[in-house]
Amino acid sequence: MTETTASRTETWVDVCGVDDLEPDAGVCALVAGRQIAIFHIPGLKAVFALGNYDPFSHANVLSRGLTGDIGGEPVVASPVYKQHFSLRTGRCMEDEHLSVPTYPVRIHDGRVLIQIPEQGEDA
Amino acid sequence: MQRKKLVIIGNGMVGHNFIETLVQTEAAGKFEIITFCEEPRLAYDRVHLTAYFETRNPDDLALTTGEFYRQHGVTVHVGDKAVEIDRGRKVVRSQKGIEVPYDILVLATGSFPFVPPIPGHDKENCFVYRTIEDLEAITRAAAESRIGAVVGGGLLGLEAAKALKDLGLETHVVEFAPRLMAVQLDEDGGAMLQRKIEDLGVGVHTNKNTQNIADGKFQRLKMEFADGETLETDMIVFSAGIRPRDELARQAGLEIGPRGGIVIDDHCRTSDPDIFAIGECALWNGQIFGLVAPGYQMARVAVEVLNGQDARFTGADMSTKLKLMGVEVGTIGDSHGRTQGAQSYVYKNEHDEIYKRLIVSEDGKHLHGAVLVGDSGAYDTLLQYYLNGIELPQPPDSLILPSVEGAGAGLGPDALPDTATICSCHNVTKGQIVQLIDNGVVALSDIKAETKASTGCGGCAALLKSVVDNELEKRGLEVKKDICEHFPYSRQELYHLIRVEQIRTFDELLEKHGRGLGCDICKPAVGSILASYWNDYVLSDKYFKLQDTNDFRLANLQKDGTYSVVPRVPGGEITPGQLIAIGEVAKKYHLYTKITGGQRIDLFGARLEQLPHIWKDLIDAGFESGHAYAKAVRTVKSCVGSTWCRYGVQDSVGMAIHLEHRYKGIRAPHKIKLAVSGCTRECAEAQCKDIGVIATEKGWNLYLCGNGGMKPRHADLFATDLDDETLIKYIDRFMAFYIRTADRLQRTATWLENLEGGLDYLREVIIDDKLGICDELEQQIRHLVETYECEWKKTLENEEILKKRFRFFVNSDKSDDNVIFIEERGQIRPATEEEKKQFKGIPIDLEEAS
Ligand code: SRM
Ligand SMILES: Cc1cc2nc3c(=O)[nH]c(=O)nc-3n(C[C@H](O)[C@H](O)[C@H](O)COP(=O)(O)OP(=O)(O)OC[C@H]3O[C@@H](n4cnc5c(N)ncnc54)[C@H](O)[C@@H]3O)c2cc1C
Ligand code: SF4
Ligand code: FES
Repeated sequence: MTETTASRTETWVDVCGVDDLEPDAGVCALVAGRQIAIFHIPGLKAVFALGNYDPFSHANVLSRGLTGDIGGEPVVASPVYKQHFSLRTGRCMEDEHLSVPTYPVRIHDGRVLIQIPEQGEDA
Repeated sequence: MQRKKLVIIGNGMVGHNFIETLVQTEAAGKFEIITFCEEPRLAYDRVHLTAYFETRNPDDLALTTGEFYRQHGVTVHVGDKAVEIDRGRKVVRSQKGIEVPYDILVLATGSFPFVPPIPGHDKENCFVYRTIEDLEAITRAAAESRIGAVVGGGLLGLEAAKALKDLGLETHVVEFAPRLMAVQLDEDGGAMLQRKIEDLGVGVHTNKNTQNIADGKFQRLKMEFADGETLETDMIVFSAGIRPRDELARQAGLEIGPRGGIVIDDHCRTSDPDIFAIGECALWNGQIFGLVAPGYQMARVAVEVLNGQDARFTGADMSTKLKLMGVEVGTIGDSHGRTQGAQSYVYKNEHDEIYKRLIVSEDGKHLHGAVLVGDSGAYDTLLQYYLNGIELPQPPDSLILPSVEGAGAGLGPDALPDTATICSCHNVTKGQIVQLIDNGVVALSDIKAETKASTGCGGCAALLKSVVDNELEKRGLEVKKDICEHFPYSRQELYHLIRVEQIRTFDELLEKHGRGLGCDICKPAVGSILASYWNDYVLSDKYFKLQDTNDFRLANLQKDGTYSVVPRVPGGEITPGQLIAIGEVAKKYHLYTKITGGQRIDLFGARLEQLPHIWKDLIDAGFESGHAYAKAVRTVKSCVGSTWCRYGVQDSVGMAIHLEHRYKGIRAPHKIKLAVSGCTRECAEAQCKDIGVIATEKGWNLYLCGNGGMKPRHADLFATDLDDETLIKYIDRFMAFYIRTADRLQRTATWLENLEGGLDYLREVIIDDKLGICDELEQQIRHLVETYECEWKKTLENEEILKKRFRFFVNSDKSDDNVIFIEERGQIRPATEEEKKQFKGIPIDLEEAS
């Protein structure tokens, strides 16, 4: 199911129901061939979406990491070598040169929608 | 304004460090940066080159990424070598024919291994030890060799010898000089080192001048020495020193030292002011520096000069401490005692093979140098005396004599002057650290982030921590024991809060006593406390989000994102039927199997979505969860004992099984391991376990707080000749007391070492019930034993959890396509990154397997 709104590149993909999310933990979705880790943080009333691929371990694991915050910044810790990634920016807290992609998320009618850039658009 | 062009030749450790430092400064904006990298990959950690053998994955040594260079707009020509510098036109030409103009040029070409021109040196199976490619070639040749020889008994030669030994070869070191490590060690030190290395089964041949390398009669090669002797070997690694790579500079007409090396001034400029040279290719004040720290210092100087500062390179200290084949060696300053009027103090212990020598000034007040072989414990302290010119204690030999009460104690951080260098990799002084603390930066992690101290070779970590702790204490600041930023409490304090207030969830604890969202430190710690106290199901709605990934999926996460599965095998006893059952499960799901160090069987390569299916089959065959994923009681190892063994005096297998069933699954601050041996020969290695039991004629001896692992510790004998009942009573009490009072991730060994009163106090609590809590302790264990459930059995009964937590994608039934297996020795293993690019792997029939 695809929802298309005004702007050309804004394609929102319906991924799953809000009930499918795990409070304070992650799930992984497959969207247009990409693995996307989705985190629901009830304390912040927020849902975040990051790439699932961990650049340190080279494995698709971030959705399986523990969530929390470092100095107020919401983060997920990679379950393999424990580096932290900001849920908001995807930036690695231990190595500012590394980051994972982030994706816009929207909740609509009990469904979780994710915006995926057009092929080749993201760096 | 047009940006100037800055070209760096060589992307080794120093060339990369130069770029990394430069891009953080203002000058970065003024330059367009281009670098030539001859090797097929970006800079890697050559210092830890030997670690390549651990994983054989070059990525593990990488110092940087293409992404980093892209982000900073640096152009890298990988796999392209600069072949000419035209100083007239100010251009650099590369092998692939690229021409790049420069305004400023930096040479960071490093050095090459010197191979003596012995006839036959270029035969097949002759190698050097400098790059990842060299190590790859050595690995390939070693697979077809029985004997290996290293030419050169210096630092690197011995490192190469260790590598050959680890590759399983009979290993020989051939040295021209009369002793090993001739540059650093004096005669006695070299002799002691030689003895220690020979003890390890490596042949050491000193005073050997190799004159010819011929074809061998029994092995592939034959080394012929000047004294008429010969040595047959299958391969040779040359490690006879390094020579600066100054060929480009020579061709360009820059000034070169009489024995090679690009001459630089204090600003790291060569004889052409637009060209700098840094790292091992540079010759400063007649010296080449074959270590990374001086190279980094030169890089920093060059960057500062480009930023218009008057920075100067002032030489570097070449003291070294290392562990060669497990032998500790340290040398400081003038280790040969060549300084005028110097006097020596020597400590030599032939029994333990320890040799230490101090070289002090004529008046005995200052340290000129030191040599340590077999025990380099005094190195850090001595180095500080040497570098900072601190006056020596009298008599100075107290620093190297075996520590008699109080003597030989380390130099407290207070004694160091502010100018003392704490981290030489990143040039951080004590003064800088003190200033940061004065400015309110008090957390060790923040100090590390600000200064980079201890993020290089890591050798200064302990010293840095002691300086920071000491400064904090001096200011009356408490050295914080808080578990993390979310709770101002230690684990023990949290345990008490939970117990006293009968708290049942993390959210309740956070609301009452913490702040923020929690993190990957406090969540599992609190999860573990709640489990040790209440023993509720860990995947229930209120607990699952606290579990580390292993506890969350009840399996051990592997490097590629798959899991391993370890069924419990109590006491290591297993029936042929059970063995077959495990084998069948492994076959059905295509799992890699291996016998673990804990006397059971590990099945690797299970995908998340396969775990419930695998466990269903295992449980149907009568197995239970082995809790290999949890900080919990793991295994009870046993030896075969009196049932079969002619020396056994008690039934060790029976006792081990009994103990394992009693304590299985109990969650604790860290894992707990037990073992039971049937007699004093100790085949179950009980003395390296948290809880060790050894049979005696009259009953059982109980040993506590042993540890294998990173810092082995022998367990202490706690009580002797116990009957079965008393043995279990003491273990119950011990376990509950440890669970209550230990820190997060503190094994029993470190816990005991930090327990005030030590073993005697522990005996008073557990045997004499000094605190009057033994009933409570026993009751807690009874509760845990009675409420035990196999977590996997329980999980399989819960459709909801299976559906939600054991599915890879929330919106698809596909599997992770980045999990690819390769077959090796008849089983699967994860593909390396390289292989993933090349092969598609063995297709796994998921239909059949799930
Ligand atoms: C599988 C096994 C190796 C093997 O193939 O034999 C193993 C595998 C791991 N060990 Fe171990 N250890 C295994 C026996 C041991 C032993 C030997 C023993 O138990 O007799 C030791 C030394 C004894 C000791 O613990 O005192 C041992 C000392 C460690 C340590 C160091 C602990 C320490 O206190 O220094 C760690 C790291 C840690 O726990 O923090 C560790 C950590 C690990 C981890 C959990 C590392 C990780 O995070 O991935 C590995 C889990 C792999 C997996 O998926 O199962 N493993 N490990 C062994 C499993 C035994 C079992 O049946 O459960
Ligand atoms: C096995 C081993 C163990 C070591 N252990 C230690 C240790 O414990 N402590 C320590 O301090 N030091 C150690 N060293 C030394 C340390 O690695 C070096 O001091 C350090 O790498 C020097 O850095 P560099 O950048 O000057 O040279 P390198 O790291 O050698 O880098 C030079 C790079 O320039 C490239 N290059 C050369 N010419 C050209 C050209 N014309 N065009 C393009 N590229 C070119 C080379 O291919 C190379 O990649 C060890 C070295 C080895 C080999
Ligand atoms: S099994 Fe243990 S020793 Fe072996 S690699 Fe893993 S953690 Fe290290
Ligand atoms: S001395 Fe190498 S990291 Fe500090």
